[in-house]
Amino acid sequence: MGKYVLHRILQLIPILLFISIVSFALIRLAPGDPVLSFVTPNMSPEDVERIRQNMGLDQPLYIQYGLWLKNVLAGNFGYSLNNHRPVLTLIVERLPATIGLMGSAFLLSLLIAVVLGLISAVYKNKLADRVLSLLSYIGISLPGLWFALILIYVFTVQLHWLPSMGMRTIGVHSAWDVIKHGIMPCLVLCITHVSVFMRYIRSSTISQLEEDYVQIQYAYGSTRRTVLFRHILRNVLLPVITLFGLSFAEIITGAFIVESIFSWPGMGSLGINAVFGLDYPLIMGMTMMSSFLLIFGNLLADVLYGLADPRIKTMR
Amino acid sequence: MNSMRWRLLKAQLLRQKSGLAALILLGLYALAAIFAFAVPYDPNAIHLTERLQPPSAEHWFGTDDNGRDYFARALYGGRVSLSVGFLSMILSVVIGTAVGTVSGYFGGKTDSFIMRGVDILLSIPSFFLMLILNAYLKPSILTIILIIGLLSWMYISRIVRAETISVKEREYVLYARVSGQSTFRIIARHIIPSIVPTIIVAATISIAGTIMMESALSFLGLGVRPPYASWGSMLNNAKGYLGENFYLALFPGLFILTTVLSFNYLGDVFRSAFEPKVNRR
Repeated sequence: MGKYVLHRILQLIPILLFISIVSFALIRLAPGDPVLSFVTPNMSPEDVERIRQNMGLDQPLYIQYGLWLKNVLAGNFGYSLNNHRPVLTLIVERLPATIGLMGSAFLLSLLIAVVLGLISAVYKNKLADRVLSLLSYIGISLPGLWFALILIYVFTVQLHWLPSMGMRTIGVHSAWDVIKHGIMPCLVLCITHVSVFMRYIRSSTISQLEEDYVQIQYAYGSTRRTVLFRHILRNVLLPVITLFGLSFAEIITGAFIVESIFSWPGMGSLGINAVFGLDYPLIMGMTMMSSFLLIFGNLLADVLYGLADPRIKTMR
Repeated sequence: MNSMRWRLLKAQLLRQKSGLAALILLGLYALAAIFAFAVPYDPNAIHLTERLQPPSAEHWFGTDDNGRDYFARALYGGRVSLSVGFLSMILSVVIGTAVGTVSGYFGGKTDSFIMRGVDILLSIPSFFLMLILNAYLKPSILTIILIIGLLSWMYISRIVRAETISVKEREYVLYARVSGQSTFRIIARHIIPSIVPTIIVAATISIAGTIMMESALSFLGLGVRPPYASWGSMLNNAKGYLGENFYLALFPGLFILTTVLSFNYLGDVFRSAFEPKVNRR
């Protein structure tokens, strides 16, 4: 197992390197001069040229990339063009808010999906299953941004129950305050995942119900509840770990949209601001960070799956 | 697509009435987008005296913050949303099919090289990349189609590859190879026709995704830009009027939801028509 993990981690390096080259090339070849954000009207052309030299922007692209890479390896992602603070600090500051939001959304979706998926499977093709199946179609097709607007309309504009902006009320320091701010973003992130997970759990529960061991348990006199929760659930939850890896990309995408709607102070809104400000050091940092999170999420899912299912280990 | 498959599909659609309903709804939306000019209002004509009027007999969907007829805007917006979704889907299906068949057909080193490449592309958060490209490149509808299409073919290529691998060992492909046909011809004439059902299912589900992506990009202000509108950019505009004029957000969202829902549903109907095994569950 350890060897396998090490192998996978070593595989990360060329992938991240490749991503960095592609995104660096894309961003720096695109039109737009980063020096312009430092230029004020009363600067002479010589001043502008000096800034360009100081930033290393007069060098050929591959040398610029080399410099960037050298700095990154030393832990320096450069400085944001817009607020001149270190990129890494900016990202690390925003990380907890995003991870908290993504983590709670994932756990909540899993919880709801297990309950609904089991109900659906047990009442296969009955009314409850049909209603849930229709709901899951709607859930998958619901545009998150629109769902967010509806939630804001209902809970903020009409009922005044939940705040729609930010993560904390100024001057209030309580966990409940953060939770209240987080409910709507979390729900929006959940909605698609619940539907996907639910379908998955439904179909794997149905196939488990047909297995011999289930019949044997019934023959031994187990109730349906024991069979479901003690035996089937365990087998059904295993593949969900892989779903975690697969849904990681969508969670990250969702975070960009959701955080920008609710002004959640996480990486997503930082990324959007960076894109709007054409802040290329920050964009590069964000690309690397979100790619890393994505690959790491997949790796984590694979490793957990290997730990949870001993059969996988022998296959490798 | 031979006639038997068409019959299967027809039977499936008649059996699952809701699939037929989805097809009809999409047909209506397509017609509405094409014949949007029949609405007696100019979608871009500004009438500041008539701004923010709620839905009425005169303005079915009311008017927006510039007094523009919202129904006309929704139809023209649908034209943009649907065509961006459709064209980027075509682009991603073409690339995905080409990459998938080549990778699956050649196998071996070529296959593992291409698939590693696909893995790498999948590990870049593509939505963020779309945002970046949209911000740096000259904004136009063509740019958006290219960006979405070029960044969303990876899953299709995986599905097509898997299907190609199972098809390429069939006897008619082996005969074609023995009879000395060129590789390109074998892929184009023998492999692709037999995986068309898979491609249709993937395309139907993929267009749901591309429409969602366009709406998300435009919602963030990085997709379709004025004077053009799409359902996504209409939502972006509606964001500021949630309190008093909720209908501004309601209508474009309902259009996106029902379109995406219909495509997703239709994709599943196609799948169960082409793969009768799935039906049994």
